[in-house]
Amino acid sequence: MSGHESTYKPGNAFTKWLDSRLPIIRLASDSFIDFPTPKNLNYWYTFGGILAICLAIQIITGVILAMHYTPDVTQAFASVERIMRDVPFGWLMRNIHTVGASMFFLAVYIHMFRGLYYGSHKAPREVLWLLGCVIFFLMIATAFLGYMLPWGQMSLHGANVIVNLFGAIPLVGESIKAWLLGGPSIGNQTLQRFFSLHYLLPFMIAGVVILHIWALHVPGNGNPEGVEVKDVEKDTVPFHPYYTVKDGFAIVVFLIIFAVLVFYLPNVLGHADNYIEANPLITPSHIVPEWYMLPFYAILRAITFDIGPIQAKLLGVIAMFASIGVLFLLPWLDTSKVKSMRYRPVARQFFFAFVAAGLMLGWCGASNPDDPVFPSLKGADAIVVEFTDPDGTKGTVTFKEKREIDAYEAGDAFQEQKIAEGATGVTLGTQTAKTFTFLHLAQILTGFYFAYFLIILPLLGLRETPKDEPESIHKAVLAGKRGSAAAATE
Amino acid sequence: MSDSQPTKPESVDEERRDFIHIAAIATTAAGAGLVAYPLIDQMNAAGDTKAASSLEIDISKVEVGGELRVLIGGKPFFIRHRTAAEITAADDVDISLLPDPESDTDRLRPLPSNDFNPAILVTSGTCTHLGCVPVGPSQGLVGDFGGWYCPCHGSHYDTSGRIRKGPAPTNLPIPNYEYVTPSVIKISL
Ligand code: HEM
Ligand code: FES
Repeated sequence: MSGHESTYKPGNAFTKWLDSRLPIIRLASDSFIDFPTPKNLNYWYTFGGILAICLAIQIITGVILAMHYTPDVTQAFASVERIMRDVPFGWLMRNIHTVGASMFFLAVYIHMFRGLYYGSHKAPREVLWLLGCVIFFLMIATAFLGYMLPWGQMSLHGANVIVNLFGAIPLVGESIKAWLLGGPSIGNQTLQRFFSLHYLLPFMIAGVVILHIWALHVPGNGNPEGVEVKDVEKDTVPFHPYYTVKDGFAIVVFLIIFAVLVFYLPNVLGHADNYIEANPLITPSHIVPEWYMLPFYAILRAITFDIGPIQAKLLGVIAMFASIGVLFLLPWLDTSKVKSMRYRPVARQFFFAFVAAGLMLGWCGASNPDDPVFPSLKGADAIVVEFTDPDGTKGTVTFKEKREIDAYEAGDAFQEQKIAEGATGVTLGTQTAKTFTFLHLAQILTGFYFAYFLIILPLLGLRETPKDEPESIHKAVLAGKRGSAAAATE
Repeated sequence: MSDSQPTKPESVDEERRDFIHIAAIATTAAGAGLVAYPLIDQMNAAGDTKAASSLEIDISKVEVGGELRVLIGGKPFFIRHRTAAEITAADDVDISLLPDPESDTDRLRPLPSNDFNPAILVTSGTCTHLGCVPVGPSQGLVGDFGGWYCPCHGSHYDTSGRIRKGPAPTNLPIPNYEYVTPSVIKISL
């Protein structure tokens, strides 16, 4: 906490000399060695440290990749292949960078859910939360820009779909799009600017991370009990060695999982289509973004209806941006004074439902919106034959059977018969059976996503009866140990 | 304040101060705007990008039932040589029932002789939903209405390039093109 007095004592003449000129060792010592930290942080609180490691890994491997990468549409794809095959350890650098993006997002999502659960966004940590949201937004932008660089089919067409979203903005949409792309479509100029910005944004993230940690060190860490530190002596322990070791252990476990992906499954989270060089004339049959953007992609596609004068396409874009924007408002939407969901039994249920909704939105984003969620519950498709009789009357006949093939055979026979009768314009089409599709699921989940922030959290805070919070961190820790030897001494 | 006496703090002329503040801020803002303009405008299309924006195409090589796909400034365009059945299908539609009502002839451009050649259909190759390139005869998949099918989110276009089913809001736009000769067209962006 910024309130705590500095305990650093320069040990030798040089550090004394430096301390009175640039007290950088003092800053590091006060922030990461003697910093008083609540003694009850669990492993969900190690993801901040993990995220710092992730950022460092992305920057180091990224700068190395940039030494070998060529941002030119005729050479980008080949230069990445050269990194994979010819550059010494290039394959390793690229696999780490690619897998690293996924691990980064995995960690950030856990970190954010942690915050939602333990009320990390509440006073006095609102600014800390806002800075976190800024980092998340910049991460999405960075990953989006980076994904274009290997210049594969998904790179090009995925980016195309997203950039076209801006075209949905009334009046200025088209000019914004042309400005972003630097021309009528994605071309060399686009690849170059994406590379430049992909290089820049991580350093901006690093800057915001510094502010984020600053904002953390003013009020100090929150903790799973949600009560603030009252007695520094009893409630806290110094960051080092207690949390350097705990964070260190978590980082090692995280890096083991990371390494398994890098060495054994480097492509498991990617798309095979991205190993086909970008071709603006052929769109891959199933465009999906990287897994970490799927929930937002599902929200984008869930809006298929117009509201008043606003077209569905624009509404989808608004909903997608709003789904991230609403995170910025969370500190003021969540009206409950009780921080930790440990003491909010009702809110807790909704929280887990929200996590489930997020995961299921990801599933919707990965699926074809028109596919049935439960294929076995889907009825048989009907066959529709349209025709115009020789006397000019138009007609349609629908064939529906238990088995699609029977309906098809009946429809086919009818079609032949009509043609023999001299009817014109005879066509045979299918009418898909009504069923619960991924689109429907995504619409329900999108509704719940927004309701969670805009209705459930604001109302619950006013209406629910929370459980009694512990008096202090110290008491809570001891209560947790009750029955063990530790409690006997109290 | 012209006298040589040192000015007392009370005699500060607030109005003059305000004027200086406003003038300084306004000048700085104007300067910032002037600096920002080139910084922002540099991202717009460059001269050479703009210049590469039209193409002449020999359409006699497109086989019946097939299509030619060309890129102009990176944007795809389809030139389709329609079969008689496809032309009939495009004509034989109750226009009032279409999501984006347009007749097939509305979507053609005259030959130098002012006649129309319904066999050749020229459209943009960018799905009006979110900009994927629909598949068509070149890929052997034409969708439920015989024209093109956009695999991204399932938009079906008919043999006139009109939207019939799916999320795309409008027909595939007809680009700005003209017949230079009966067998050569020029498409401009
Ligand atoms: C916030 C941190 C970062 C994230 C989330 C990130 C994410 C990504 C992603 C998702 C890709 C596509 C990987 C693929 O499919 O192969 C990529 C590629 C790339 N990134 Fe980053 N990146 C970050 C930082 C950096 C930095 C700091 C640089 C260095 C200047 C950099 C340079 C590159 C290069 C050269 C490529 C193209 C090579 C390749 O595709 O593997 N990145 N990045
Ligand atoms: S881009 Fe064609 S259907 Fe969405």
